[in-house]
Amino acid sequence: MTAAPQTVPVDKPDIDEASEFARPWVTIVHNDPVNLMSYVTWVFQQLFGYSRDKAELLMLDVHQKGRAVVSAGARERMEHDASRLHTYGLWATVDRQ
Amino acid sequence: MTIFRRVGAECVADFREDEVRVLRKVAEEVVGLLTDGFDREDPVVGRLFPDVYPEDVKNSAEFRRFTEGDLKTAKIDQAGAVLAGLPEAGKGEVRLDTESAEAWLRAINDARLALGIRLELTDDTVVEYELEEALEQDAGSARVFQLSVYSYLGYLQESLLEAVIGADFRR
Repeated sequence: MTAAPQTVPVDKPDIDEASEFARPWVTIVHNDPVNLMSYVTWVFQQLFGYSRDKAELLMLDVHQKGRAVVSAGARERMEHDASRLHTYGLWATVDRQ
Repeated sequence: MTIFRRVGAECVADFREDEVRVLRKVAEEVVGLLTDGFDREDPVVGRLFPDVYPEDVKNSAEFRRFTEGDLKTAKIDQAGAVLAGLPEAGKGEVRLDTESAEAWLRAINDARLALGIRLELTDDTVVEYELEEALEQDAGSARVFQLSVYSYLGYLQESLLEAVIGADFRR
């Protein structure tokens, strides 16, 4: 269930809150010289339920471009994702899209 | 060298005495880094506990305040799974269920990350060449030992991962 949209503007909207809707947050995984390509692919499958093909493409993005967005959504959700990635030893950060 | 194989739901491997000794030492050192030796200024800790907002010190610290304890516990537990799965001493068989095998994969990865930082590895580093060079300089050096352990752990992780994927994740 979600609350009905607010039609009366509040007089002093919090900028951060307002932009939550306009610009979603993302979890980014960065390349590092240690993690095995096969392991990174497996972690993406494990944590996000991605297919092997999708996980492999993401891994190659990280490897070749230095970083890749691995999930997008609410800020707290992204922080949770980053934390789980840290458990697996992946170098993850959170940012706005 | 030891190769993991899949036996039913388990990943199984026969470890030699020297492998057991090295793995125990490595896992114990990781636990040490996460407990008594925990130092936020240590680059190894920086890599195992990365800033989630690299350009925002305040929010990174806030995030760390809420998550660092759990992450530390998780990493100590996974290193503990390695110690629990190994023979006490001497050679022996290791049998891992899925949960333990996954903990081993994460723990081996933590150890490789720690060694990678200590060895100052970069994307351009070819470990085999580094090892050759280090051997020429001083075959008994700590660097030779660390490089060979790093190399061994990579091999072991790949082998365990293949055994884990073999039954559950091949698509």
